[in-house]
Amino acid sequence: MQIPAPFDYVRAESVDHALALLERHGPESRVVAGGHSLLPMMKLRLARPEWLIDINDLFELDFIIEDAGWLRVGALTRHTALLESEVVGRLFPIVHDAERVIADPVVRNRGTLGGSLCQADPAEDLSTVCDVLSAVAVVKGPGGERFLTMAELHRGPYETAVGQDELLTEVRFPLTPRSSSAYEKVERRVGDWAVAAAGALVQLAADGTVEDVAIGLTAVGLDGTATRAQDVLRGPRPTEELFFEAGRLAAEACNPIADQRGPVDYKRHLADELTRRVLRRASARAGATDSTTREG
Amino acid sequence: MQISMTVNGKEMAREVEPRVLLVHHLREELGLTGTHWGCDTSNCGTCVVLMDGEPVKSCTVLAAMADGHDIRTVEGLADGKVLDPVQQGFMEEHGLQCGFCTPGMMLTARALLDKNPHPDDLEIREAISGQICRCTGYATIVRSIRWAAEHPATDATSATDAEVSA
Repeated sequence: MQIPAPFDYVRAESVDHALALLERHGPESRVVAGGHSLLPMMKLRLARPEWLIDINDLFELDFIIEDAGWLRVGALTRHTALLESEVVGRLFPIVHDAERVIADPVVRNRGTLGGSLCQADPAEDLSTVCDVLSAVAVVKGPGGERFLTMAELHRGPYETAVGQDELLTEVRFPLTPRSSSAYEKVERRVGDWAVAAAGALVQLAADGTVEDVAIGLTAVGLDGTATRAQDVLRGPRPTEELFFEAGRLAAEACNPIADQRGPVDYKRHLADELTRRVLRRASARAGATDSTTREG
Repeated sequence: MQISMTVNGKEMAREVEPRVLLVHHLREELGLTGTHWGCDTSNCGTCVVLMDGEPVKSCTVLAAMADGHDIRTVEGLADGKVLDPVQQGFMEEHGLQCGFCTPGMMLTARALLDKNPHPDDLEIREAISGQICRCTGYATIVRSIRWAAEHPATDATSATDAEVSA
């Protein structure tokens, strides 16, 4: 039987209350939202907080709003809410692509956007999605709010820039005209972590050429986005030939490790193939008309 | 700490250690052993209960987190002697063999049908995709849930009464 080590439990009643509790209980306190990463770690005694601060009552952090050029999503928004949101699917289909393959429907009823980003698991899908969409994390602490890029938020595996006395409260996604996005993941079975996954955002100029593009990879050791692959796509019209070149460069840029999910060459192959697929799909969704691009 | 939750419509107040998981609270403290305890890692889904109407894996929810919430377990599916259409469906279509995954499967099915009374087979399979059955190959479970969808409460009642008294 897996039981966490003893701890004290307290429920926060507001963001300010949560911050006060974090300050009062110090470095041995942890925030719990959905709990589907933290509680398993506590059961395995990989995490042993002395105080658990439950933020599940903070409805002020559970929202999805389109606002002045941004989609603003509260940190306590559940995976299920993201997946069921019409506005999220319309603006950022990559989020729906990813949410369909994150854990399973029952886990998605509990897990949250903020929890996923703060867990900072290298195989976590929403981190790649946020990288690709140039999301901004809003972090609140005793000194007020800070706005962090994903590169600033994620310092490494399981490590973020959110201070011990701070709380991730919101994630903001910039709205990009004439753009669309896609995500695809290969997993061994439903609910498993990715063997590899890729996400892309493609923004077209008025003449149908690629104005901007972002490519991210999950679970294959790529920090940030695949810049060299992005460079070959910017400027011309999106074509199969360019997708092949981008896939090759993305696979070259990543640094997977062999584990029970597969050997290095297989994961690199997936990085290549999945990059091509998400570029093809994001371009088609963005309205690319080149005869060689098609929904894949 | 003192917690209180509504379990199958009844208020249940208890003193618990904060580290007690909901699955153990239900089974050991409240004696509701219909909720099964399986993998302990939120993979298998046999511990699924409904929290405020939504399926959750009770091995990964603290009893303290359920304080003030509404919990429904498999014991709360039947209305007296009248089985829930989902339970009737699992009987009609042989939705179980060993029965270990059954409570969780039935509760997820109930939540699915409450939200979407006419799911297609793909939606049923998606809904139960976080739960593992090692006996049936899932085909009979999908048929059981479809049976329940085709026989909502009023239809099922008469058949159930006959079944129970028989």
